[in-house]
Amino acid sequence: MAGHSAQLDAKTLWGGKESPFQTSYGKLMMWFFLVSDALTFSGLLIAYGFTRHNAQDAWPIGEETFNSMPFLGHGYPLLYVALMTFILIVSSVTMVLAVEAGHRMDRKGVTKWMIATVIGGFFFLGSQAWEWSHFIHGSEFGKIELSDGSVAIVKGHFGEINSFTVLEAGKKHKVGAVIKEDLMHQFQHAAEKGHLEAGKIHLADGSVAKINKAKDHDMKLIIKKSGKLYQVGGKEITGKKAEQLYYESLYAGEKNRVIYGANMKQNEYGPQQYAQFFFFITGFHGFHVFSGVVINILILLGVLSGTYHKRGHYEMVEKTGLYWHFVDLVWVFVFTFFYLL
Amino acid sequence: MERDDLIEYSLHGHHDEAKGKEIRSKIYKVTILLTLITVIEVFIGASIKQSSDWWTTVKIIFILLTLLKAGYIVMVFMHLGDERKYLRNVILIPYFIFVLYLIFIALWEGTAVGNVWETMWQ
Repeated sequence: MAGHSAQLDAKTLWGGKESPFQTSYGKLMMWFFLVSDALTFSGLLIAYGFTRHNAQDAWPIGEETFNSMPFLGHGYPLLYVALMTFILIVSSVTMVLAVEAGHRMDRKGVTKWMIATVIGGFFFLGSQAWEWSHFIHGSEFGKIELSDGSVAIVKGHFGEINSFTVLEAGKKHKVGAVIKEDLMHQFQHAAEKGHLEAGKIHLADGSVAKINKAKDHDMKLIIKKSGKLYQVGGKEITGKKAEQLYYESLYAGEKNRVIYGANMKQNEYGPQQYAQFFFFITGFHGFHVFSGVVINILILLGVLSGTYHKRGHYEMVEKTGLYWHFVDLVWVFVFTFFYLL
Repeated sequence: MERDDLIEYSLHGHHDEAKGKEIRSKIYKVTILLTLITVIEVFIGASIKQSSDWWTTVKIIFILLTLLKAGYIVMVFMHLGDERKYLRNVILIPYFIFVLYLIFIALWEGTAVGNVWETMWQ
């Protein structure tokens, strides 16, 4: 109907003039997306809660599993995760400062704080990579199945392995040879296969060697699955008794008595689902952080080229800011429900 | 056709240096608060064992502190506190109702399934 197009003004299209939420379309859509994404994460965390709730005492405790720091070793419960939380909070703060600078049309300020946010994001991703690597490789003791059928995680200081002295020759090593390389790896591999016996190791080439190892200190067994003698929730086994039980199992010559680290099938921390939830929840969150960093970099490029300045407002920074804060928000919940509780 | 009667909401957040100073000092205050809460959480988590009688109390404290942290992030960092009341409600209310329902179901069913497993093994 030609001629009517002139009537397409505010009155015909939108009688109310002001939109009910008084926000721009883009920001509103970002909020809608965040609400749906939050529901996804709630689903994951609640599924975790459900599984944990019915596993009760067999479930690992955060401070037992995550107690290492880079360069410092063991004995720092939850400190590393707290550091990661702090890094993410700080990068959230730099983001909100970038948004604030944008509201003053301060291009230099936005640039500065956006760069800081990107750096914070990389720091967090790096921390998470370290944590995953640590989780997958596991501890030096591993998780052990005791002779009564109970399963225990082991804490304490592992005495270093200094060398293997070959007692019976194999394809590669001669009698009397001293092996000094790749000791821990060979030891754990043999332990998983049941190739250890009272102070001796059967190497892959068929030779048998004596293990020269320093003494362990402060060994402690915490039962995670009940057996005939030891129950979940019972007293921790310490001292000589712990060492005796541990090495009795390690030297039993049976397969799979000890488990090191974690994969999708088994892990040294607790039930199978524990590692699966760890990989899925922190992985899904980590992927959000990764996409957040990529989006932040793209927005930073936009800021540098002056696109938003010409537009007259920095709302794009605000919208990505919402996403970035959301990532921080999710981590706050993951921190509580996965690590603390 | 250029429309001069539309409101450009993207410009609503703009403010001057004086207001900016005020906002920044609020941001720094919230930062310190969030860090403090995290430190307290780690301290409690590291010093009280799960086998302790206090653990249920600790759990509730953890959840309350987490909600406090989340509240500050959403209301201050994400500016939801400065948005219109309707927008705030549209985002928060359905979420709370749905998640409370889910938590109730998960814990109730989780306990029930846990009990069944325990009786099965005995």
